[in-house]
Amino acid sequence: MDFKMMIKAGLVCAAVSMTAGLAVAQDSVAPGYYDALKGKKIGFVPISMGFDLTQGWLAGMQRQADALGYEIIVRDPNWSVESGIQAITSLIEEAPDLLIIQNNDNQSYNRLVQQAAAAGIPVIQVQQSVETRSDAYVGPDWYNIGTVTAQALVDKCGAGTSGKIAVVEGATAAPASILMKQGIEDLIAQHPEIKIVSSQAADWDATKAFSITATVLQQNPDLCGIAGFWDVADTGTAGAIREAGLEGKVVLATSGGGSRDAGCAKVSSGEFAVYNSYNVAGQARDLNDAIKMLLQAKLPAGSAPFALLSPLVQVTKDNMTPASCWTLDEIANSGG
Amino acid sequence: MSGNSRRRKIGQEQIIFAIAVAVFGIFSALIPGFLSAGNIVSMVQSVSVLGILGLGMAITILGRGIDLSIVASMSVAIAWMLVQLNAGAPLAQALPLAIGFSILVGVLNGILVAYVEIPAIFATLAMGVTVYGFGKFFLVASDVNQVPESWRWLADLVSARPLGVPVPVIAFLGCAGLAHLALRYLRDGRFIYAMGDNPVAARTTGVPVRVMMVLQYVISALIGLLAGLLMTMLVASMNTRIVSGTLVYDVILVVVLGGISLSGGRGGILSVVVGTLLIGIMLNGMTMLNLTYTAQNVIKALILLLALVLDTLINPRDEQTAQQGDI
Repeated sequence: MDFKMMIKAGLVCAAVSMTAGLAVAQDSVAPGYYDALKGKKIGFVPISMGFDLTQGWLAGMQRQADALGYEIIVRDPNWSVESGIQAITSLIEEAPDLLIIQNNDNQSYNRLVQQAAAAGIPVIQVQQSVETRSDAYVGPDWYNIGTVTAQALVDKCGAGTSGKIAVVEGATAAPASILMKQGIEDLIAQHPEIKIVSSQAADWDATKAFSITATVLQQNPDLCGIAGFWDVADTGTAGAIREAGLEGKVVLATSGGGSRDAGCAKVSSGEFAVYNSYNVAGQARDLNDAIKMLLQAKLPAGSAPFALLSPLVQVTKDNMTPASCWTLDEIANSGG
Repeated sequence: MSGNSRRRKIGQEQIIFAIAVAVFGIFSALIPGFLSAGNIVSMVQSVSVLGILGLGMAITILGRGIDLSIVASMSVAIAWMLVQLNAGAPLAQALPLAIGFSILVGVLNGILVAYVEIPAIFATLAMGVTVYGFGKFFLVASDVNQVPESWRWLADLVSARPLGVPVPVIAFLGCAGLAHLALRYLRDGRFIYAMGDNPVAARTTGVPVRVMMVLQYVISALIGLLAGLLMTMLVASMNTRIVSGTLVYDVILVVVLGGISLSGGRGGILSVVVGTLLIGIMLNGMTMLNLTYTAQNVIKALILLLALVLDTLINPRDEQTAQQGDI
């Protein structure tokens, strides 16, 4: 062996041991962590990609996917349940390592969740859940949001006010809407001084929320408060309050994903008196955690369901800080 | 409906008006506060935007066309305007671009219908899908577009009530009045009726049918834009999701309900006003009665069926409709 060969061998040796050392370093902290995630394929079917919640989740999930080297396949059904069913069906055929779906209601995707489990694909349900439990649910405790929203109105509409409140619901078939309404009704039932004078579905739509609220305010000019179900629709509710000249007199409590435009901006302008954020930035982290847990645990699909309920952040004019809400850029740059 | 036939038989417009009066009477008896001036204003207010869209739709239908792209072009134009405003562009740039966009959509619709001779229902249906797709891909990233805080004074302007009447109501009645006068007394207005009644005869007598068709789609797109502006300022946001909703059918509904014939040339602006009022009375009353969403839909559908049955009983299908067919 001449000198050159020795150097070469030495270099190879050094390189091999360094690589091995690196692998040992990685594995000693979390054995198999990187391998469990690298090169994996994850299917994501939201209700639609066109709004703050889904954009925020994807931005956060994409950041982790880029860092850990797996792929997120997004299929956007653009508010159509039929397209959603097609998208999920074809994804099940493609056999990704994990499926993330956002439900429109508690029925439509029920059989697909079962089919995915039968095909051995773990499923994360986000925001709303169908009747079948899958590997993970990531989203708010809607019933709790209902009670918290109602409590805010109970606090502000006690003695000295008319005690009248109205409820501007979401879509009648959506579990989120059904559970929030239940939460509100159960809490108000304990407070005889508060009376629900109207409870109408605005279908998550600002224009419908506007016309319902305009009519309710006409019928009840002494209305004390309104429980809204979603910040995006409640820009319409707030618009009707403003149009009726009752800004500051009618208390609007609502909830949403906590984006700066749809949430905090409306709190600082006084349109939302109380805003309960389920914090999409935090939900993106929850989704990422669920992804990491499921891909590492490799349990049979559907065998150990768990939930990561989104902690609520209550934002009012008094406690609001720049960190109370998020923007899409923030999540894309540093979230998830 | 021409003057002669109005004297001969009761038109759908009158039937719908009678139903509206009846429903109004029932609600007044049932609901305390329904008859108050404030509520009547709010009743008209809630359907003003729908009514304005109905005016644009009515003009195309009277000229034997239809504009199924009206909601898509409105929402994309407005959403694009909001995207620009949110990016810090001045209104002097964003608004003219939105107006230009609407005119372009109207001209393209007109060319497809008048010169390429595609039936209006297909041309505008395809145009609506194209405009929405193009808009979502190139102009507007999100469905929900908020009016930026710095432009909130615009929203306040639209929320104002000069002499106690909301701005959208003034806009609706103003547009209806203008459209009525234009259709009745302007040469171009009479041309639209002539085209709707019999396009071949209209062309033979020298009406510039193709140019008029382009014009009617530009007008409907611009009226749509005005409706969209009002809607956006009232709720401080524009959600392009409305394109996939039932709004365009609701618009056709208020137009046809009041008695504008889908085969063109029959009916008038008063038909749109009457149709819009009936829908407004029903929505308002049922909300006040706190009926559920599903119950409201069932009752609405039943009243519409009733209106159609009454119309068929009073105005049986005649030879003309048998020949032309109706949709």
